[in-house]
Amino acid sequence: MTARTLPRKDVVIVGLGWTGAIMANELAGAGLEVVAIERGPWRDTASTSAPNYVQDELRYRIRHELFLRPGQTTFTFRNKTNQTALPIRTWGAFMPGNGVGGGGLHWNAETWRFLPSDFVLRTHLTHRYGKRFLPADMTIQDWGITYDELEPHYDRFEYLCGTCGTAGNLRGKIQEGGNPFEGPRSRPYPNPPQQQPFSHTLFGKAAREMGYKAFPQPSGNMSREYTNPLGVRLGPCTYCGFCEWFVCANYSKASPQTTILPVLMRKQNFQLRDNSEVTQINTDSAGRRATGVTFVDANGETWEQPADLVILAAYTIFNIQLLLLSRIGKPYDPVANEGVIGRNFTHQTTSDVTSFFDRSKFIFNPFIASGSIGMAIDEFNGDNFDHGPHRFVGGGYMGQMQTSGRPIQTTPVPPGTPKWGAKWKAAVRDNYLSALKPGTGVHGSMYSYRDVYVDLDPTYRDRFGRPLARITIDFHENELKQNIFLTDKFAEIFKAMGAQQIVKEYRRGPYDITDYQTTHLCGGAIMGTDPKTSALNRYLQSWDVPNLFVMGASAFPQNAGYNPTDTVGALAYWAADAICTQYLKNPGPLVHA
Amino acid sequence: MRDALSRVITGAASLLATACTAGFAAADNLPARDASSQVERGRYLAVLADCTGCHTAPGGESFAGGRPIETPFGKVVAANITPDRDTGIGNWTDEQFDVAVRLGRAADGSWLYPAMPYPYYTRMSKGEVLAIRAYLSSVAAVHHKVTSNQLPFPFDIRAGMRLWDAFYFNPGPFKPDPAKSAEWNRGAYLVNGPGHCAACHTPKTHLGGDRDHQTLQGYSVQGWFAPDITDSTTLGIGNWTATDVVAYLKSGHNRFAAASGPMGEEVTNSSSQMTDSDLAAIATFLKNVPGESVATRPLDSHAPVMMAGAAIYQDLCSACHNADGTGVAYLIPSLAGASSVASREPTSILRVVIHGAQSVATAHEPTGPAMPAFGWQLSDAQIAAVATYIRNSWGHAAPAIEASAVQKARKAAG
Repeated sequence: MTARTLPRKDVVIVGLGWTGAIMANELAGAGLEVVAIERGPWRDTASTSAPNYVQDELRYRIRHELFLRPGQTTFTFRNKTNQTALPIRTWGAFMPGNGVGGGGLHWNAETWRFLPSDFVLRTHLTHRYGKRFLPADMTIQDWGITYDELEPHYDRFEYLCGTCGTAGNLRGKIQEGGNPFEGPRSRPYPNPPQQQPFSHTLFGKAAREMGYKAFPQPSGNMSREYTNPLGVRLGPCTYCGFCEWFVCANYSKASPQTTILPVLMRKQNFQLRDNSEVTQINTDSAGRRATGVTFVDANGETWEQPADLVILAAYTIFNIQLLLLSRIGKPYDPVANEGVIGRNFTHQTTSDVTSFFDRSKFIFNPFIASGSIGMAIDEFNGDNFDHGPHRFVGGGYMGQMQTSGRPIQTTPVPPGTPKWGAKWKAAVRDNYLSALKPGTGVHGSMYSYRDVYVDLDPTYRDRFGRPLARITIDFHENELKQNIFLTDKFAEIFKAMGAQQIVKEYRRGPYDITDYQTTHLCGGAIMGTDPKTSALNRYLQSWDVPNLFVMGASAFPQNAGYNPTDTVGALAYWAADAICTQYLKNPGPLVHA
Repeated sequence: MRDALSRVITGAASLLATACTAGFAAADNLPARDASSQVERGRYLAVLADCTGCHTAPGGESFAGGRPIETPFGKVVAANITPDRDTGIGNWTDEQFDVAVRLGRAADGSWLYPAMPYPYYTRMSKGEVLAIRAYLSSVAAVHHKVTSNQLPFPFDIRAGMRLWDAFYFNPGPFKPDPAKSAEWNRGAYLVNGPGHCAACHTPKTHLGGDRDHQTLQGYSVQGWFAPDITDSTTLGIGNWTATDVVAYLKSGHNRFAAASGPMGEEVTNSSSQMTDSDLAAIATFLKNVPGESVATRPLDSHAPVMMAGAAIYQDLCSACHNADGTGVAYLIPSLAGASSVASREPTSILRVVIHGAQSVATAHEPTGPAMPAFGWQLSDAQIAAVATYIRNSWGHAAPAIEASAVQKARKAAG
């Protein structure tokens, strides 16, 4: 079908989640004509959720109300390169959002910064432990940016969101009650931490008594009402426990909807097209310059949107897929260890500990919660401890982060309980108030490997006839060792809290695509200093097509032991700043390789 | 996903009305206006008079008319007031325009209906009205035929208005009160003249004339209750400071309340574009309009209807509005002390509970939070109970609402 051509815009943005909204607001604010093209529907707090129906676990959590439908697209999956990948017909290990707000609408709002050493990971680890300490097939890289360069942009994103927390390091001075391992902050969090329910408080107390520095998890659920620098207002969290997988009906969770869109949507030089899927980034005949995008609307009509600047701001695997389909950048080949698109793909290494307490003494009321509630320790994250004796690298934060007591899924029962029937029901009833299941209690890093990557599937195609993205991913020994070490450390704290019975749920291989971990897919279009091993330069600008910038966690060379959104938001502000202060004055490569 | 529609949503389309509401970011980019010009003077007077509120149909061309105005007697459709010679007012003389705006007589001598608020516009001077004319002559002419009179018999006989005018129309420009401050006088002129606040906020007689002894004490109009805006602390806005009044008119929000429905449109089209000094003048005047206070006692909190209402409130309302009804400043309206809650007629509280409400988003308060609809979830008796509870809590006192009133409200606003 021939595409009809729309009037040229200065900027076209693919996807209107966190990074699309940040970019749109910054670039429209700079006076450019901006259009965002979003695959899913328009969503706002009022029309998408209301407090009298949004707390519906069946609709939102079990039936995936806010997520992409397999009929729209999916991906294929395998563990090893010698296996045949098959299409995934329901989401499992991660949850791609659908519609305006993207993952920023259904997240828990855990708002962590990465460690300064995370950004220079290969240099740091090699320096400390020597070259031979790292597994030969581990492909970790430095990011090409430092924590100090990113700090003002972290700060900007956190003030946009109204992040609640206790600073642990203010301009180099360690602060009591915060995370002493974090990089220096230029100023405190905009809001104090949320109040902690009983189990979270008890975890913090036990951890402190064991000598750890426990601190409240940084939260995008508001501890009080907040007005952000754009003038958009958020309300105090009611601790209802319906955050992740849900829209906050109380304007209490930071999302594009509650922080940016009310301002962005008023801008007359901004336009949104919803229910429209970009199928290709178009380039000139030499493939050196993006000329715009092609998209298909809900009626199946194909359109071309010409633009001078293209911002790719979709979810990780769809960023990678669109680059591959558009033939931008050399596809990664794990055999030759060449190419960049699809390279250094990672996820997360999480695990959990379920613990059972004396129900005559402990009533935890787990339904009092928020998405980012929790007390954490960071002693075992990144390189905060000596890995020498342990023979692995990486780590993660751990904590009592139980974010809900929702009825369908909060049914921890002791081992040996029947799976159904009267005895199961009795065990659920007996343990509901006195058992703890933090969810992603251990939030471990996943480093990158030569045989973990994304390419185009040779067999399976989407509804437009385009090849699906194919994910090849498995856990490596380094991550599995890391997880055993962290999970054991985590369990010790529950023991100290007084648990009678503890069940450790280690993360084991092979990587299971049906078992939800987090939605933190990373890498595949990574930033770096060398065009041979990275798709983007340090400003998230394509090495190959300089008028294309690629947002999101797809730029992470490997995943750290934290949630990615704060870093994703900071990188978007960092790139927007580079576009406004450098690129627009002199469009072209911002880094000469 | 073939059932979905692709939409194009632009900054302009997301606003309630598009005319002149670029928001301050865009407004700052406009060429500086020559405040002394007749056209600019007329533009600002048209803002004060909120001409666009009626004469621009939602999504329609500016001032091309076509918006139906619901009156207790039937529908009157606002005229095309662009300079189009066939369907607008391009053929009118200045004199005819002045007579229409200030005396309520059309160019052909026929009587206008007071849906056109000439009983208030009459307080403007002829010079001001001619400035508006100069401004309207500068806007794009739009060919759009409007049949204004859609009233049923006998109200469709315009000559009947001769009698109405004799009863209720008191023509003549605003006369300042030398005993009052210049600011008060400016406020009185704005409220009683171009701002025509009383058109909605003053109770009406059976013939639709203002009940002058109840000025600004609230009236049901277009399915909403335009609340008491006198200084009464029990029924009006006596708890608001002048700063609160200014914030509300400028941004649609203050620490107690949020504008939605017709008032949201007024904020968008008119008061959000007024100068700060005019808003301060309005506040000064309103804070000096005495209201009534009622000494009625609230219903017994142990009455079954109150206990049922309290339980529903705790379950469904308190997460946002708080157990004590205070809400969240500038985000979730306070029910405690709200004049629209304990109003004589429960029109607004029932409407908002049944259908929800979208508050206005403005450049100064862009958030635009919304109240969800509960009509699908609660029965008539349950809505009556929770509304009765709200109207008899936190210092409010008002008669209980019957389930039959809720049923009526569902039909009226549905």
